[in-house]
Amino acid sequence: MPHDDPDHPHSLLPPDPALRVKALETILTQKGLIDPAALDVIIDTYENKIGPRNGAHVVARAWRDPAFKAALLEDATAVVSELGYYGRQGEHMVAVENTANVHNMVVCTLCSCYPWPLLGIPPGWYKSDAYRARAVREPRAVLADFGVTLPEDTAVRVWDSTAEVRYLVVPERPADSDGMDEAALMDMVTRDSMIGTGLALPVERSAP
Amino acid sequence: MTDAPDPVFTEPWHAQVFALTVHLNEAGHFDWPEWASHFGATLKKNGLSKELDGGDDYFTAWLETLEQFLASKDLADLRDVAEIKNAWERAYLSTPHGAPVTLEQEMSEKR
Repeated sequence: MPHDDPDHPHSLLPPDPALRVKALETILTQKGLIDPAALDVIIDTYENKIGPRNGAHVVARAWRDPAFKAALLEDATAVVSELGYYGRQGEHMVAVENTANVHNMVVCTLCSCYPWPLLGIPPGWYKSDAYRARAVREPRAVLADFGVTLPEDTAVRVWDSTAEVRYLVVPERPADSDGMDEAALMDMVTRDSMIGTGLALPVERSAP
Repeated sequence: MTDAPDPVFTEPWHAQVFALTVHLNEAGHFDWPEWASHFGATLKKNGLSKELDGGDDYFTAWLETLEQFLASKDLADLRDVAEIKNAWERAYLSTPHGAPVTLEQEMSEKR
């Protein structure tokens, strides 16, 4: 950033909403209601520490360990909390499993409720009106936009998240992935596959 | 749609307003379902006039909700917010480029 730019004799003015946020922070800090350092910790956590790798870890374990998967489908809140992926907003987690017969997909029609501890901050499209409205009305068309075409006889089930209940899709395990270790399996679990707008990546065939 | 890493927050203030809300919730000033119902109502209202793309307009709705929400809980008065916001604006415009921008000057001049 040039400090001697004649066009900017004063500091660059942040956009209007940024100043409004600063004003809220100033007032709440003065009242002793917030700790500015805690805000930085929260931002760092969501920008750098929490993301879809957490969810991928859970999915890869479920693929490898039937008892873990059974427990996850029975009570996901308890299982993911034990791994440290607990929701600080007090929400309940539900894991839904994709099979050859059922494909699950998650939306939040109210706002953008999302399993932050497992997937991080939702992508823009998850928060868009287009996705929020269409996922329920025409899930197959939405899936097609994401490049996912399912067999005719696979049922599509759409789960509407709330502030209280959030969902994790356990995608189908890719064919020919038997015997792969957890780290290799995790690499095939994409964020979209855990929202249900994608599938897990296929096993890369090694050159003959 | 690829899984290429998108930035988590596209603007610094998106991150700030998000963190502020999460922090207030964690400090016990409101519970998350209460926040979500207010936020959902704002999105619904704003979505009537234009289709929201989930980017800047999403966080604009978030900020709008938070301002109203904190005012309704007597945590931050709307007039105070407007006044402090203007003070920040003046501080930016009167601070030489490169120097740290603070409110002290603005606040002391008022008194």
